[in-house]
Amino acid sequence: MTETRVLLANIDEPDLNTIAVYERLGGYRAMRKALLEMSAEDVLHELGESGLRGRGGAGFSMGKKASFIPKGAMDKYLCCNADESEPGTFKDRLLMQKNPHLLVEGCIIGSIAAGANKGFIFIRGEYSVQADILEDAVAEAYEKGYLGERILDSGHTFDLVVHRGQGAYICGEETGLLDALEGKRGNPRLKPPFPANQGLYQGPTLINNVETLCNAPIIIDHGADWYRKFGEGNSTGTKIVSVSGNVQRPGNFEVELGVTVRELIYGLAGGPPEGRELKCFFPGGSSAPVLTKEHLDLPYTFEAMAQAGSMLGSGAIIVVDESEPLVPLALRLAEFYRHESCGKCVPCREGTNWTVKVLERVDEGEGTPMDLEILEQVQGNIIGNCLCVLGDSMAMPVASMLTHFREEFEQHMEEARLARDLEELPAMGAGELGAVPEAGPV
Amino acid sequence: MTDERHSSVAGQPATSDTAGALHSVPLPPGWDEAVRLDEDPATIPDPASVEVPAELRAEVERRMAMYPEHHSAVLPALAAAQQVHGWCSPEAIEQVAAVMQVTPAYLSSVATFYDMLRTQPLGSHYLYVCTGVACHLRNAKAVYESIEAQAGEQGLEDWEVREFECLGACDMAPMASIDGRFIGPIEEGDAGELVTALNEGRQPFPGRGLSDPGFRLPWADGGAAPDRPGPPEQPDVHPAGGTWKDAEVLDMPPAEGPSPHPRPLLKPLDPGTSEVPEPDEEP
Repeated sequence: MTETRVLLANIDEPDLNTIAVYERLGGYRAMRKALLEMSAEDVLHELGESGLRGRGGAGFSMGKKASFIPKGAMDKYLCCNADESEPGTFKDRLLMQKNPHLLVEGCIIGSIAAGANKGFIFIRGEYSVQADILEDAVAEAYEKGYLGERILDSGHTFDLVVHRGQGAYICGEETGLLDALEGKRGNPRLKPPFPANQGLYQGPTLINNVETLCNAPIIIDHGADWYRKFGEGNSTGTKIVSVSGNVQRPGNFEVELGVTVRELIYGLAGGPPEGRELKCFFPGGSSAPVLTKEHLDLPYTFEAMAQAGSMLGSGAIIVVDESEPLVPLALRLAEFYRHESCGKCVPCREGTNWTVKVLERVDEGEGTPMDLEILEQVQGNIIGNCLCVLGDSMAMPVASMLTHFREEFEQHMEEARLARDLEELPAMGAGELGAVPEAGPV
Repeated sequence: MTDERHSSVAGQPATSDTAGALHSVPLPPGWDEAVRLDEDPATIPDPASVEVPAELRAEVERRMAMYPEHHSAVLPALAAAQQVHGWCSPEAIEQVAAVMQVTPAYLSSVATFYDMLRTQPLGSHYLYVCTGVACHLRNAKAVYESIEAQAGEQGLEDWEVREFECLGACDMAPMASIDGRFIGPIEEGDAGELVTALNEGRQPFPGRGLSDPGFRLPWADGGAAPDRPGPPEQPDVHPAGGTWKDAEVLDMPPAEGPSPHPRPLLKPLDPGTSEVPEPDEEP
């Protein structure tokens, strides 16, 4: 099993982050082509024809999204979502750290398609090294005249600013990102209006993930027909998959969409440690419902993952092996979403909180069979009832764990309860009863 | 956002003393601070009367000029003020408010939302230990606890040490971020050296940082990532009298009479009808 490297083709090249090396390897060729040989409609058409789907999580067609931007003379904006906070995802970090000019070029091409003349890369504050590298790349591009007024005398003006977040998962949600970029708390907005109509500063805004925009120069350079040869069905192109968790070789692997999950987990990432079997895996970041061993031979595509009841999401596979108890894992997951919930919608704010409380009870031996019913009910009441998908992102994986591994939850609860009882026996004065020996269960 | 994870090792305790008497559970910072009703709300500070360090003013103004609406510079401006003051202190907030011409309350409302903006004086450097889901699977909790213990033992002045949500480096899990420098994979045994190096002002584990020149994951050339220690064994206990779930697997005697279930549906329904077709005769 080998990778199909398109985005990562030159990733090991030394000093790829400098404009000289990037241009020597064919960089900014696609930008010239898009600016000087193609009209904005051609660029938009090419991106649409390629079948490229958003790599950030939702998997929406990039060309379609860009085509929703209204035409006209108003100020339009491009936002690159580099707030990669989904647990298990680290593909954008690699792209921005090693190949920042690919993203800058992608932003320029995206801005041509959207007719935007102001762009922002919203990068999470924790990626400070990567943000420094990006800022240097943007400065280099300005120096060369690839950014700014009338790029290459083409009539297209585009300014690009690297904007650092300050640590909030919810800013990865597109409308939360817009509020954070406007200098507010990163609360998601009610949709509609969608950002394509009213986004940043109430202007039409195209928001795309880093990996999506990085695909744009490749599509323009080689053509949509070439790009469509990769992948399977409606999942075209290659995808950088971040594999982490209980595997022998965690890392980023670029593959054609459509390879089997088994090839990814066992072939590329080496599978779980020696002597252990896989218990379950998150196929698309921690927000994706877990899948089990029987799903290993499914092709890794948007459609197959959706059919199996999960999602491809951001393309991050987190592997859990059989020795890992699931209740603490579900608890850790729920704690994350409780911490990151912005608190705007009640089902999410209260639902994440109560999920943590119930799971804590189960883990500490305070649980009763009714707790699992409540847990299930709470998840059902979150899904689909909030402004954004943060609540769903907790409810779906927790509910899926409960569906697939209910017996383990029951057993864990029972064992934890007995363990706690054993600890409490001496404290309860059992030894003073005389007939009962001091240690050991009755 | 609730902020319950702040470690109190490196700085002041997260709650005031009065809260402890009333609540056994520590409250997030700010919850026990009463509003001063006898004071007028703070207005936009007069730029002439607030002294702002020249560098901070220049940085905030540079940021404001980068956006179509200058409010967008709030996050970079607060980060810059935190650089100067070590945390988003009332003084820092007032200075930014004076330059940006917004109310201090507005800036406080923004600062309390974001994990990286400190609203308590916890230290001007940070050590974030990732305990996200992927790191959790690789023993990150124990790594964090040993680092916290070492920080308490050796003393670590001016550092904010805390657990952090997924930092986006699950390939090098378990990992930590030292003022933005990602290091990993780290083990429990690395905690002592890590804290000592920070105390001495050295860069801990040169060569093991993601951005260090020539950095490669230990298993990049074959081999496997170190396995985490196994999960704690649950005691093997068998309660007398069985547990509640045994009741469900009782063998019930077969019921007499016809099956209470409807006939199995052998053919799919015709489109547009809800009539159950007769099953085909068995051959």
